[in-house]
Amino acid sequence: MAQTQIHTEPTPVLEVRDLTQRFGGLTAVKDFNVKLMPGELSGLIGPNGAGKTTVFNLVSGFYQPTEGQILVDGTPTAGLKPHKVTALGAARTFQNIRLWNDMTVLDNIRVAQHYQLGYSFFQAVVRSKHYQVREEQVTKEAEELLDVFDLKRHAEELPKNLPYGTQRKLEIARALSSHPKLLLLDEPAAGLNSADAKELIRLIRWIHETFDVTIWMIEHHMDVMMELCTQIKVIDFGETIAEGSAEHVRNHPAVMTAYLGDENI
Amino acid sequence: MDFIIQNILNAMQWGSFYALIALGYTLVYGVLRLINFAHGDIFMVGAYISFFVASFLIGPIIGISPLMAFAITVPLTMILTSLVGVTLERIAYRPLRRKGAHRLYVVITALMAGLVLEYSNLAVLGASRLKFPELIEKQIWHVGGVTLTNLKVMVIVAAIVVFLFLQWVVTRTRVGMAMRAISYDKFAIPLMGIPIDRIIVVTFVLGSGFAGLAGLLFAMSYPVLEPFMGMLIGWKAFIAAVVGGIGDIKGAFVGGFLLGFIEVGVVSVFPSSYRDLFAFTILLLILWVKPSGLFGIPQSTKI
Amino acid sequence: MKKYTLNIVLIILAIGLLFAAHFRVIDGYIQIVVMTIGINIMMSTSLNLVNGNMGEFTCGHAAFMCIGAYVSSILSVFCFGTHFGEPLLPAASVVIIFPIIVLIGGVVAAVSSLLVSIPSFKTRDDYLAIISIAVNYMIISAIQNMDFIGGSRGFQGMKDTVWAMIDIFDGPWMLFWVINFTIFTVWVIRRFISSTYGKGVNAICQDEVAAEIMSVNTNKIKIINFMLAAGLAGCAGGLYAHIVGYVNPQSFNILKSTEALVMVYLGGMGSLSGAIMSAIIFTGLLEVLRSQAIIDVLVSPVTFVFPDWEPSAGVIKWVMIPLLLIIVMQFRSEGIMGNRELGDVFPKLKKFYRFK
Repeated sequence: MAQTQIHTEPTPVLEVRDLTQRFGGLTAVKDFNVKLMPGELSGLIGPNGAGKTTVFNLVSGFYQPTEGQILVDGTPTAGLKPHKVTALGAARTFQNIRLWNDMTVLDNIRVAQHYQLGYSFFQAVVRSKHYQVREEQVTKEAEELLDVFDLKRHAEELPKNLPYGTQRKLEIARALSSHPKLLLLDEPAAGLNSADAKELIRLIRWIHETFDVTIWMIEHHMDVMMELCTQIKVIDFGETIAEGSAEHVRNHPAVMTAYLGDENI
Repeated sequence: MDFIIQNILNAMQWGSFYALIALGYTLVYGVLRLINFAHGDIFMVGAYISFFVASFLIGPIIGISPLMAFAITVPLTMILTSLVGVTLERIAYRPLRRKGAHRLYVVITALMAGLVLEYSNLAVLGASRLKFPELIEKQIWHVGGVTLTNLKVMVIVAAIVVFLFLQWVVTRTRVGMAMRAISYDKFAIPLMGIPIDRIIVVTFVLGSGFAGLAGLLFAMSYPVLEPFMGMLIGWKAFIAAVVGGIGDIKGAFVGGFLLGFIEVGVVSVFPSSYRDLFAFTILLLILWVKPSGLFGIPQSTKI
Repeated sequence: MKKYTLNIVLIILAIGLLFAAHFRVIDGYIQIVVMTIGINIMMSTSLNLVNGNMGEFTCGHAAFMCIGAYVSSILSVFCFGTHFGEPLLPAASVVIIFPIIVLIGGVVAAVSSLLVSIPSFKTRDDYLAIISIAVNYMIISAIQNMDFIGGSRGFQGMKDTVWAMIDIFDGPWMLFWVINFTIFTVWVIRRFISSTYGKGVNAICQDEVAAEIMSVNTNKIKIINFMLAAGLAGCAGGLYAHIVGYVNPQSFNILKSTEALVMVYLGGMGSLSGAIMSAIIFTGLLEVLRSQAIIDVLVSPVTFVFPDWEPSAGVIKWVMIPLLLIIVMQFRSEGIMGNRELGDVFPKLKKFYRFK
């Protein structure tokens, strides 16, 4: 007699079903689907204006989708504000670095823990025991994180005084401070020269190996993409035109047409 | 029915002042993204300038007929008030613009400049109010059960003419096109060979000039002048411009008249002390529902 | 031990002032100036929370002062005065009840700040400025229509409360309360802003999108920040009402709001020590300019040319103060302290205080 095996499939870290986003008459994203399993390192590419950042914004909670469903770690994000989506376990970086330039590097990491601070306004003002304990913990964790990223020596500096590549690293470190399950990187290599880009590849690979996190990247830098990502999705004008391994996508005719134009011209 | 028509006419006259002043706010904001808080006081300055010019012209030294005086006072007031506006821009706003100072600092400067105008007036001319001389003989017409004065009609016509003129300038002339261009991207404009400073001066000339006109017409309609006459009207006209969608000329025009209607409407039903309360509340509600104003384009941040 | 120098200095200063007032070493006028400094410190530091730390542009802070003033005045007269009939509470309880009354005024003002904070979710800075101005006008206008509390004629009777305190002990009570509340204000603000929780306010100012994504509940923090600022302004209003003994809605109009704005931008947005310093300087300036003699000296070049002109000090004051701020904007837009604290500019001072 055959025994039926019950498979418990792990919950996808991110599941997007039939996502469509319309802004007035413009359809920015159409029928977008993705399923990221824990531990993946995937990519999302497409020409400028294809809708990649819009997808990220939808997943982060900045826009509410016109149609479709987004689930982070199994929980639907419909109606949730971005800070709640982050609390579910999604974190992201931005195309243009969005660090808090007039706060110290250490503060940048600490404030990113805001939802987890766990003390109230009143406790903060009277400096209750609970407040002091939590502040110490948060500070210690922030310092440890900076140490791990080799940024501890910059702890008291202002981000605007750091070199661009270091700022990028800090932004990614900040996103990781909330121990997310899903890390969304929006063009992390933007503005980096090839040396810094190589450093970034190493950094992302190291993050992927060291932290228990699923990474989803938007990127234009082809070498960064091809080096790191196991699965790549290509979109253009909001629609998925190709997906698969790096090799598969690289030679895909639809992808080449999207980037370079119709080969028959 | 007559009651309603009478009130509509009153509302249109009252709203014309707001519209004229709101147009000035919106022009400057549209081009510079600057709330020129001193604009209401430029209106006041215009009223005072018209007083002195008119009194001088019909006074013993020159002694021309009131009607002639009126004909000269209109352009002269507008020109002189424009000068005040341009001077303010030159001395206070331009240096900050050159330095690339944060917009907020210019706004604060504008707020302070308004105070300086008000209190300088008070200091120099004293607290006694001035009475504007009568330049145009009041003609009252009765149409049906409704009373019209020539002055009222003149004010409404002036507002409409100014609006049409500004619409034409902004959409059909090269200067207007440059003004709109500056509002989109201030930094690229000099690179396109457009003299940004000159365009800004034109903006202030237009805005201040028409505020001066509003001042003159207001002084003729309500002949008592006092240094703070611009303050409340200025704030309200500004809110009207925002409710209409600041930066949009149609918006300022509609917003001004809308405010006029709200105020006259409120006063016709409730005791007059509730006028300001209702006006502000309704305007706030409109802004709540449509934060960018009636004709405004919602500004979105790129994430 | 050195670390407590600032605390010791403050205590000595406070006690010194109280003694000097009690034994008439300093007269009533100087006491009022000192109390005005305290109230201005409360106003400028509280507005600084919103306009400085959070980077919003509100221009109607006096509205909250007004609400606090009226609420605490009405309660005060109910409890210890005769305007509404017999006093509700025994005069002996005034020492405990009075600060509670002031705080209640603050709480009501804090709740009313929702009128401005909720719109701030959706609107940009210019629009928020208008909303705050409109709220300022609306509140004044609403009170002017409330005849049962005096309407535009104003409301009085709070002096009874002060007399009740003096009956218990003949001392400078209002000075005492102002000192306490000023220290309380600065203390609360400092504690809030230096905590990681409070730094969420700065994060919203510097990049709201990043703040929202990095788990800061921006709407909630905005509400809390506005409430704190409005609440403290409300307390300032309550104290002001009891010092003067009379309130009138027009005392809290756009001019009062402008005073607070001047102090904040003079001191530097986001700088607590800057706001305190500029409050002191500003109050001092107002007092100096109150003197007709000094005004006459300052405008002497003009009166030389126009000898018939006799400007009054009260008016010239309001020409010079805006001019001062215009000049500050031209040559040092960031204000005295920029967005740094005194301890950042003079690091040696850090040895003398320790804030937990």
